[in-house]
Amino acid sequence: MLEIKNLVKIFNKGTINERVALNGVNLTLNDGDFVTVIGGNGAGKSTILNAVAGVWPVDEGSIVLNGHDITGLPEYKRAKYIGRVFQDPMMGTAATMQIEENLALAKRRGQSRGLKSGITGKERSEYKELLKSLDLGLEDRLTSKVGLLSGGQRQAVTLLMASLKKPDLLLLDEHTAALDPKTAKKVLEISENIIREHNLTALMVTHNMKDAIAYGNRLIMMSEGKIIYDVSGEEKKNLKVSDLLQKFEEAGNDEVNDAMVLS
Amino acid sequence: MISLLHALPGSVAQGLIWGILAISVFLTFKVLDYADMTVDGSFCTGGATCVMMMLSGQNVYVALICSFLAGMIAGYVTGLLHTMLKIPPILSGILTQLGLYSINLAIMGKSNQAISVDQYALIVSLRFINYSILMSVIIIAIIIALLYLFFGSEIGSAIRATGCNQNMARAQGINTGRCIRIGLVVSNGLTAFAGGLYAQYQGNADVNAGRGAIVIGLAAVIIGEVIFGSRHNFAVRMGVSVVGAIIYYIVIAVVLQLGLPSTYLKLLSAVLVAVFLGIPSIQSYLGIKVKQR
Repeated sequence: MLEIKNLVKIFNKGTINERVALNGVNLTLNDGDFVTVIGGNGAGKSTILNAVAGVWPVDEGSIVLNGHDITGLPEYKRAKYIGRVFQDPMMGTAATMQIEENLALAKRRGQSRGLKSGITGKERSEYKELLKSLDLGLEDRLTSKVGLLSGGQRQAVTLLMASLKKPDLLLLDEHTAALDPKTAKKVLEISENIIREHNLTALMVTHNMKDAIAYGNRLIMMSEGKIIYDVSGEEKKNLKVSDLLQKFEEAGNDEVNDAMVLS
Repeated sequence: MISLLHALPGSVAQGLIWGILAISVFLTFKVLDYADMTVDGSFCTGGATCVMMMLSGQNVYVALICSFLAGMIAGYVTGLLHTMLKIPPILSGILTQLGLYSINLAIMGKSNQAISVDQYALIVSLRFINYSILMSVIIIAIIIALLYLFFGSEIGSAIRATGCNQNMARAQGINTGRCIRIGLVVSNGLTAFAGGLYAQYQGNADVNAGRGAIVIGLAAVIIGEVIFGSRHNFAVRMGVSVVGAIIYYIVIAVVLQLGLPSTYLKLLSAVLVAVFLGIPSIQSYLGIKVKQR
């Protein structure tokens, strides 16, 4: 369970470029919640994910994950509890390392790393099976460098890595935004399968309103660093894009971009 | 021509010893993606430590281990400056290197300390070039084997991931600051070890011994990659850096033979490295020119 209380993040504090990115966010996720996050540019969607992941310290508030107060923990220590997939397909994997080496790194997330061999033979067969389940033909390319893969393949591998060691929380930060529509759909399906299969708690930021409605059991909308709409269950299932647009307008967001509506 | 052939074994021996330094530059520059200037200081620290230990009666192996340890400390200092105080990589290295100049003088007591192969059991010496080549090859083989195992381990993989993509590394729970420090410690330990061997080979430790070491190391790594490519397994890539160092010293011997005054050697090294580092940019620049026509 994730509990975010009164989270405040101000960028460039005390300068002319000061910007309040999170303005007192409160959010509680129940175990197994798959929450989609939408909002305009600068609404604080990615910021809230980065705050939870610990990319930088927050100015106020607390983040408690499954009873651990992680507010002050450095990013690499929080990684023990959190799996992440980034918007940029280049960001989630080590390009110059092999697919199996990347997976082996992820397998040891949250463990101390010593002088034992970085990967064991038993792991290799496990990874082969997992890659097979992606259905991208990667199971025969265990020793290929990840840099040789397409963006979609890299995101799929990153998803595997994020879930290889079951995380308490999975953070997906517009992870299909940089992909073509067909690949994006495939990666979203893989995401949903992984989340369902492991019964993960997940936060997924998206620019695409249809996806936000189609996936997950709960939807939150952000504007100007606050959560302005939080809907789940039946009500969420019956949502339409037009409902969301209306909410946007009510929040004073007139710069809804075409991509959000059309794609 | 004959004199060039005579100079060849010496170039190979020197190339092999500098090849160890090339491996450590390969580790920082290519694996860790960190341009570490510390080596200019820690190379000399290694030589100074080795010679002074031997002059005080220690055997050569103990002396070399102490060189290695001294280099490790230097690398750790650079690592702390960068990871704890957030000083940029190049500046961190320069600061340590500058500080080491004083420390190196303090270790030696003066700017040069001689050690004679007649009085001490040295591993390498320019008086016995063939033996030196043999010993260097054995030592390099051991170093490459150990480093290959180390970088295949959990912590070694974490260091490689840190050098490749720090965002990914942190997301996988890797303490990237610690990995950078370990990488610098190993690399500078190795550099100082090379410095210790080089002092033995030359028969003295000199406070100016490491000047430009980073450039020679880079030249070796780049020459190796340009000639043999970079798509090899990790052990082969380290070996290629050593071969790059040997080629570098052969080229130097040829150029000297052709009549270049030795005072221009450092300029030549700098130009050589600048050209090779610039090859990608030069290629793309020429490529655009061609298209415009």
